Amino acid sequence: MILPGILASGISGHLGGNFTSLQTVTVGSGGASAINFSSIPSTYTHLQIRAFATISGQRFGVNFNGDNGSTYTNHFIYGGGSGAVAGASVSTVGANTIGFTSTGTYYNATICDILDYSNPNKYKTWKSLNGYDANGSGYIFMHSGLWSNTSAITSISLQASEGTSGSFSQYSTFALYGVK
Amino acid sequence: MASAATYTPIATYTVPSATATYTFTSIPQTYTDLVVIENGANTATGPNDNYLTFNGDSGTNYSRTLLYGNGTSALSGRGTSESFLYLAGYWTTSNATSVINIMNYSNTTTYKNVLAKDTNAGANAEFAVGLWRSTAAITSVLIGALAGSFAAGTTFTLYGIAAA
Repeated sequence: MILPGILASGISGHLGGNFTSLQTVTVGSGGASAINFSSIPSTYTHLQIRAFATISGQRFGVNFNGDNGSTYTNHFIYGGGSGAVAGASVSTVGANTIGFTSTGTYYNATICDILDYSNPNKYKTWKSLNGYDANGSGYIFMHSGLWSNTSAITSISLQASEGTSGSFSQYSTFALYGVK
Repeated sequence: MASAATYTPIATYTVPSATATYTFTSIPQTYTDLVVIENGANTATGPNDNYLTFNGDSGTNYSRTLLYGNGTSALSGRGTSESFLYLAGYWTTSNATSVINIMNYSNTTTYKNVLAKDTNAGANAEFAVGLWRSTAAITSVLIGALAGSFAAGTTFTLYGIAAA
């Protein structure tokens, strides 16, 4: 079975005017519990979030259009250096995990593709490659996500307290891109 | 809201004859992330690991965590305090592709973090996260084949992505 989302961030056709930087947030010294992208234009086909972050909690989640219903599901596979593990998080409330993160010196990297985000006829899907390495510990994750809603995505909230309370640390950066 | 077109090709190189390394130098510091796309084959049956080093650093400052499938099993592995960044491995004489994202490469505050995807239909599919324990801005990227050489016709392309 072909999963188009798995391919999206590896396509070298994301060039020039076809890949556009929309919004960027860099966390200041006080930290931030959430990163919000709002008024997202509907003129692109896909969105990509590129994040470089540390967090005081364990993982961070994604929320679309402020929807706090039980509409978020994901499946994932990850490796922690000694074995591969698969799992799922079904019908979670308000957000769903986009990635696990690190603390302190070791930043986490995340590349998340949100497919056909403005199409009013589809539930929305996303995939996220995410990981950190701390020279002896760390994880690499691949998440496949579903938002069971056909609305065009106009806002995205990345929430540091998904699962456990936390906040994004200083210097964490989050960039949103539009892909034609 | 700012918006700007990006994902800009910086340099590309096609291997003219079998070679073990190639280096992108004088990388501009005007982007947020770099993407290296490697497409081609190794001259040896292998499988053979590819590796990166940054700024000519061959100290034991690199580490990695891997997740991969080999047609039978899903596996994970780790390397610590290595002198190369082994991220995109298992190249053989069949064509393979590696896409390597170097995040926040020009900042001088944090260690550098790399996300990679490696696909070789004849051997495996792999995801990897890598770390270079240096706060230096990355100005050069060496791509190497740990065994064998990159075959003629292999291409290396470097892109820059700039956040608004």
